[in-house]
Amino acid sequence: MRKYVALATMLFGLLISSLGFAQREVIWWHAMGGELGERLNEIAAGYNASQDDFVITPVYRGTYTETMTGAIAAFRAGEQPHIVQVFEVGTATMMSAEGAIYPVYELMADYDVPFDQSAYLPAVASYYVSDEGNLLSMPFNSSTPVLWYNQDALDELGLEVPTTWDELEAASRAAVAGGYPCGMTTAWQTWIQLENFSAWHDLPFATLNNGYGGLGTELTIDNEHVIAHITRLADMAEDKAFVYGGREGSPQPMFLNEECVFYFNSSAGYGGIASGADFEFGQTMMPVDTNVRPEPQNSIIGGATLWVLQGHDEEDYRGVAEFFEYLSSPEVQATWHQATGYVPITTAAYELSKEQGFYEANPGTDTAIRELSLNPPTDNTRGLRLGNLVQIRDVMDEELEAVWSGQKTPEEAIDAIVRRGNELLRQFEAANQ
Amino acid sequence: MTYRSHFKHKTLPYLLLLPQLLITAVFFLWPATRAVYQSFLRQDAFGLNITWVGLDNFARLLNDRLYLQSFGTTIVFTVAVAFTALAIGLAFAAAADWVLRGSNLYRGLLMLPYAVAPAVAGVLWFFMFNPSLGILANFLEAIGYDWNHYLNGRDALILVIVASAWKQIGYCFLFFLAGMQSIPKSLVEAAAIDGATPRHRFWSIIFPLLGPTTFFLIVINIVYAFFDTFGVIHATTAGGPIQATSILVYKVYVTGFIGQDLGSSAAQSVILMLIVIGLTFIQFRYLGRRVHY
Repeated sequence: MRKYVALATMLFGLLISSLGFAQREVIWWHAMGGELGERLNEIAAGYNASQDDFVITPVYRGTYTETMTGAIAAFRAGEQPHIVQVFEVGTATMMSAEGAIYPVYELMADYDVPFDQSAYLPAVASYYVSDEGNLLSMPFNSSTPVLWYNQDALDELGLEVPTTWDELEAASRAAVAGGYPCGMTTAWQTWIQLENFSAWHDLPFATLNNGYGGLGTELTIDNEHVIAHITRLADMAEDKAFVYGGREGSPQPMFLNEECVFYFNSSAGYGGIASGADFEFGQTMMPVDTNVRPEPQNSIIGGATLWVLQGHDEEDYRGVAEFFEYLSSPEVQATWHQATGYVPITTAAYELSKEQGFYEANPGTDTAIRELSLNPPTDNTRGLRLGNLVQIRDVMDEELEAVWSGQKTPEEAIDAIVRRGNELLRQFEAANQ
Repeated sequence: MTYRSHFKHKTLPYLLLLPQLLITAVFFLWPATRAVYQSFLRQDAFGLNITWVGLDNFARLLNDRLYLQSFGTTIVFTVAVAFTALAIGLAFAAAADWVLRGSNLYRGLLMLPYAVAPAVAGVLWFFMFNPSLGILANFLEAIGYDWNHYLNGRDALILVIVASAWKQIGYCFLFFLAGMQSIPKSLVEAAAIDGATPRHRFWSIIFPLLGPTTFFLIVINIVYAFFDTFGVIHATTAGGPIQATSILVYKVYVTGFIGQDLGSSAAQSVILMLIVIGLTFIQFRYLGRRVHY
């Protein structure tokens, strides 16, 4: 008899516990590993602790490419998450998927959640707005390239921090003459040396306002200035003043090893560099090529935003909207920005960090935000809206690698980029009519 | 005299086969049919916009210089991996066959790389060959060769060949050793008495008698180099630099999963399927005939 009572009690208890609180779960797929992942989990935990109706569950899904691919496959299988973090390169693909995405401005309006688009940094928001200027995805982690330098090496060689490309080239050559195996290297050569180089100097990357105006866009980087820039880098490469270290973030060891004195990378490299460098380092704005213009225009962002996917219960989306409100609050943004090197996406968060004295205590950490807000964006510098940009980046990487290894001249490589890139743009146009 | 099983119930054999047939149907026939179907479509990434385009995907592929180049890359890669794994496996097997003491230990140690996952093997060698940090790269620099697989396509191809072949050596070794040990010692001894040198004995007697084993291993190694090396390449060179290590199976992945062009990716996998069917047919028809059992 007692056995049956015990069994019944146990089953009853299980039944009660499974009912629990009627909390709705909101799934958030992201690509932030390591340190960044920890910080992201803190944000989710903070939101969950602040209210009882919704639970945000962050799930790490690998790299940006893997996360985006996974979300698309999940959508096709009906298993998509509520929120997915997609890198800026996937913007055109996400934007074209009208039946799949839930634009943020609509979401916030539908659930009456306070949302002021003008509170967001123009350089950040402008990448993700529709033709009518409405925000389609929620900015989360945006960064921009900066020039990292080895302060100890500069002191040893008696060099100043360069502000122009001529100065950087001279300093890199001086570093090699002074015994360093490498003067300068760059991570993300496509994003930094082609896309941002164009924006920094107000050069159009593609027709139709870099693709904002329509799917019929074509690449325009086969202009004299970009070709001259790549030629300069190729010349530097011959004397090891510039040494290519691989795609994306691969060259970082060369800077941390003190092989290279100068290193282009995202401002969000701050965490990795701070923990990996045994030397004094600093960051400064990207140098300007005075042959093109005397002062820089503004830089464009990298990083990712949060897109909302259709297909879930109406009530769930209230949780998404309220979470986005929480995420954009100055305190949350300021903490995230200060720990990671990503820019604060609202002006209020930037002001808060200034009030807290963060930038005095950590000189150089406001470089990224200063680059982004240097000038109001022009038609050439709002960002890029190109389909198949993931593959176009691969094409750019390949052709530039052919230049660095001496197999092609800069003109040949850039012409090939334009030709192959335009083919990819036409395919995207055809598939998304 | 052939041996036949006799079942009392007529349907029992079919029921016993059913699980395997189901698995083959679900995991092979169904995806293969879908791939053939998708190769005739053009669709956007989310599958919201699907159009029938007939053979357009195939036409685009055959006009793509880089796709045709990857045929060459795949052939070079496959031949190099198969030959290296077989040759070194054979050498180790011959050596292990010679050894009397501690042979089990050698066998165990030589088999270890086979247990390593392809991606892990790739990363191991990638790390050793890293131009800034790797010990092998440092060694090569010391003897005057500037190794950089980030820039140099040949270096990258060598890297993935080494990592892939290294994994297979243990497998080839094991089969060759088993094959050698099933050769009657009397044949070898007779040759020795007649005055044949060890090398002569090996190439005239042992190696021909390893014919079935060699044939089997060639087939296995080719299939391995075509498909299972995906992990090695994905974890190390990602098909680069400048597509120097983009073998056919890797291009299928890049086109489909990174480029989100599912039609072209399906077309590539259909072409790959036809190639492998053709290769297997040729191998069994022609090479199989020359093997003496």
